[in-house]
Amino acid sequence: MSLNPIKLPDYREQSPEVAARFQKIRERAVVLQVRELRKNFSANGGSHVAFENVSLDLHRREFLCILGPSGCGKSTLIRIVAGLDEASGGEILIDGHQVSGPGPDRGMVFQGYTLFPWRTVKQNVMFGLQMRDKDANTADSEARQWLEMVGLAKFENAYPHELSGGMKQRVAIARALANEPSILLMDEPFGALDALTRCKMQSYLLQIWKKVNVTVLFITHDLDEACFLADRIMVMGTNPGRVLEVIENPVPRPRRAAQLLSPEFLALKARLDELIHGPADAEEEKLPVIKLTEAGDEVE
Amino acid sequence: MGLRDWLGLRHELPHRRRLVLVFLSFAIPLILWSVVSYVPWIWHPLVHVTETGGVDYFSTGMDVDRAVFAQEIANMAKAGLKAPAGYRVNPLYFQPPHAVARAFYTAFTTPPRLPTEPWLHQSLGHSIRTIFWGFAISSIFGLPLGILCGTYRFFAKLQEPFIEFFRYLPAPAFGALCVAILGIDDAPKVAIIFIGTFFQQVLVIGNTVRKVDPSLIEAAQTLGARGLRLLTRVVIPASIGDIYTDMRILLGWAWTYLIVAEVVGTMSGITYFINQQARYRHFDNVYAAIAMIGVIGLGCDMAFAWFGTVLFPWKRRARKTVSRVKKFPARSPSPAAVPPPADAALSPPFGAENSET
Repeated sequence: MSLNPIKLPDYREQSPEVAARFQKIRERAVVLQVRELRKNFSANGGSHVAFENVSLDLHRREFLCILGPSGCGKSTLIRIVAGLDEASGGEILIDGHQVSGPGPDRGMVFQGYTLFPWRTVKQNVMFGLQMRDKDANTADSEARQWLEMVGLAKFENAYPHELSGGMKQRVAIARALANEPSILLMDEPFGALDALTRCKMQSYLLQIWKKVNVTVLFITHDLDEACFLADRIMVMGTNPGRVLEVIENPVPRPRRAAQLLSPEFLALKARLDELIHGPADAEEEKLPVIKLTEAGDEVE
Repeated sequence: MGLRDWLGLRHELPHRRRLVLVFLSFAIPLILWSVVSYVPWIWHPLVHVTETGGVDYFSTGMDVDRAVFAQEIANMAKAGLKAPAGYRVNPLYFQPPHAVARAFYTAFTTPPRLPTEPWLHQSLGHSIRTIFWGFAISSIFGLPLGILCGTYRFFAKLQEPFIEFFRYLPAPAFGALCVAILGIDDAPKVAIIFIGTFFQQVLVIGNTVRKVDPSLIEAAQTLGARGLRLLTRVVIPASIGDIYTDMRILLGWAWTYLIVAEVVGTMSGITYFINQQARYRHFDNVYAAIAMIGVIGLGCDMAFAWFGTVLFPWKRRARKTVSRVKKFPARSPSPAAVPPPADAALSPPFGAENSET
């Protein structure tokens, strides 16, 4: 039985504009190179592979989403790129230099906001600038500009606990961008937000990305989010964590909400769904039925 | 106003009701105290003799046990002598509220009996000085050590096991040693308060610092902070508000060590005052002096708590969180109804991404 009555195009089909865009992106310099990355965990005395064989090139100003179910090691991967965890094998190059430890060239936005509660919004954005010993006036005016960019100039003197989740995450983005990193790492940044705020934040992020010279590596487990944001989507699988496929997103830019129902979008989403959940007609694991309750009106 | 309004599990109480309860928490013990003090048929185990009658060993003004008094009345009736008279009183050591309230003032104005004895305010001053120095010296060492223990595993493993052991040794046990080493004046008293505070302080502050959210430290690292700056710009500011609260609690503990500390060597401060007054049987002053320790302790704590909200404004949890998200329009699934998302709305001035990038 096929549940696919709509005829969707092939997800690899690209319009000439989209194809030309990918061509240009490929010609740009490589910002992040991941080579044969591997991570082992030791648990219960044994060694267990979190992921292996992960290789990836990220070009300047590209937006790449890593999509995968929990347990595929995508968060570990981005933490290794950030320098917060160590790889068990392979190497990571940023602008051609090997990574060791965290550094301001790789800005990171975490799912849990991680704003400094003792600093006002503006002081949060100034943190990285102060760590690089910029003088107070420059740091102040730069922080203000970043806050204007994320639309929070009015809240510069508020404390993080006075902000909503979406606003906090915008501050976190401004704070990471203020350091002018060559790559912005985002670890499920909108995962803690409600669905409506999340949609809004995705649009905000695209606007900001358009204005700033930054490459984005974005982790998510939400298919729509990946389709809406990414240039390319790297799909990861579990047991062991590995790259299943790297897909060029056929949905043209600029992106808008209406595209969520366009044929390219649906074709892409169908492919992602298939990669993540297995083929559509695969036998679904049946739950043991303990108690059967019927509504009594013969409608399921 | 149902019962559930007052006693709902984890149910927040409105401001007025909280005030009523705060008032009651002091009023209930005070009312109980007043009842026992002023209602003559409750407790009042003694009889204050006003007329001796025929009892030869009674004298006016003496307090005798009620049973003895009743016995003597019976004896006198049998012997045909005049019965003694009197009224029921509480023992002298049980002072009524008004006497203690009055003593709050009079204890300060009563001159000491001997010229060498201190006035009450001098005794209090002496006690506060002892506490201050004990706590200050403890904090000078305990605060940095605690922060180091909470930040670096190295210091935690090097110090905490020994401190964990030492804190079980009761501070008063060191009294004799302190006197032998430091003499009989103020030094051993300060030392007792130090011993009582310091070891707890290192552990408590170490624990607080350890609780700093590690993701804040990671965020700071990705922003370029490293080394000592992680400590001074992240770990310390992240924990300073809680450390301040710890210090308030620790200061409370220091006060509880005061009385034991002051009997070490020559008795001094408020302890000396209390002992002298008890010796003179001025129990109203004794109660007043004990209550004063509570008033000073609670007063200091409240002042520090208030000052804390000035120092650490981010700890003032907003009662109502600003919620601007609500005004965001929902993204509708129907394309026709979609308000242009900001992304699309902004695209004309920036042009198509392809041409721009």
